[in-house]
Amino acid sequence: MVELVVFILMGAVSVGGAVAVVRARNPVYGAMGLMATLFALAVFYVVHLAHFVAAVQVIVYAGAVITLFLFVIMFVGVDRAEQMTEKLSVQRPVALVVLVAVVILAGVLVVTDRFDWVLTSGGDPPVVNGTVEEIGANLILDDRAAEPSASRWLLPFEATSLLLVVAAVGAISLAFYRPRRREDRNDASASGSDSSGRPS
Amino acid sequence: MVTAEWYMTLAAVLFVIGAGGLLLRSNALVMFMSVELMLNAVNLTFIAAARAHGDIGGQMAVLFVLVVAAAEVAVGLAIIVSVFRTRQTASVDDLSELTG
Repeated sequence: MVELVVFILMGAVSVGGAVAVVRARNPVYGAMGLMATLFALAVFYVVHLAHFVAAVQVIVYAGAVITLFLFVIMFVGVDRAEQMTEKLSVQRPVALVVLVAVVILAGVLVVTDRFDWVLTSGGDPPVVNGTVEEIGANLILDDRAAEPSASRWLLPFEATSLLLVVAAVGAISLAFYRPRRREDRNDASASGSDSSGRPS
Repeated sequence: MVTAEWYMTLAAVLFVIGAGGLLLRSNALVMFMSVELMLNAVNLTFIAAARAHGDIGGQMAVLFVLVVAAAEVAVGLAIIVSVFRTRQTASVDDLSELTG
C-alpha cells in the first residue's frame, strides 16, 4: 500500500519533470525538471533496496551533472529564442508516428501480460540488498566460488577508470582548443620566432 | 502490490518522452538532457529487474551506466561549448556543413 502511494506520487513527479525537459522553452526550467525526475528515480531505487545506487544517483546526477548543465546553459545563454520550426519537413511527422507506435507497443505488451522475462517460477526471488558492502564485494571478489577469485565485474570496473581518464583528458583538451584564424597563422609564419615561445 | 511491470511501464513512458525530446527539439543542450532522461529510464528497468530476479547484477549494471553517462556529459558539454565559441549557436539546425 505504501509502495503504491510512493509509486503514484513519484511517478507523477518523474513524468512531469520529463515533460518539462521536453517542453520548456527556457533550458533552465528543463534542467530543473530533469533534476526532479532524477530525485524521483532515486526514491524508486530506495524502494528497490538499491541504497548505494540511490546515493550515487543523487550525488553524481543531481549534484554534478545538473550543475554542469546549468553552468553550460548560463554560458551558452538562454535569451536566444529557439526556433521551433523544423527544417526537414518529414522529421516531425515521422518522429511522432514512431513515438506513438512505441507507446502502443508497450501498452500491448503490458495489457497482454507478455513480460515473460520476469521469473515467475520457484516462488519469491531472493531479496537483494544493495548496500555499500554488498556492491563493493561484488565489484572485487567472487565469494560464491569455492575459493575467493576475481569477480566478473572486476575487469569492467578497471576499464571504467581508463574511460574516466580518457574523458577527462578529452574534456580538458577541448577546453584548451582555440580555433586559429587565417590572419593569426599568417602572422605566426611571418614573424617566425614569435609563436614558438608563447604558450597557446 | 506494485509489480515490476508497473516500473517497466513507467520507464517506457520516460524513455519515449526522452526520445521525443531528442527528435523534436533543436537545441543541443535540450537534446543532451533528453539523452540523460533516456539513460535514466533504462536504469530504472535495470533496478526493477534486479529485484524481480533477485540478482544484484542489475544494480552493478546501473553503476556502470552512471559512470559512462558522467563521462559522456563531460565530453559532450565540452563539445557544445567549443562549438558555441566558434559558431555562436547551440542549435543543431545551424550545424549542417557535412550535408552533401
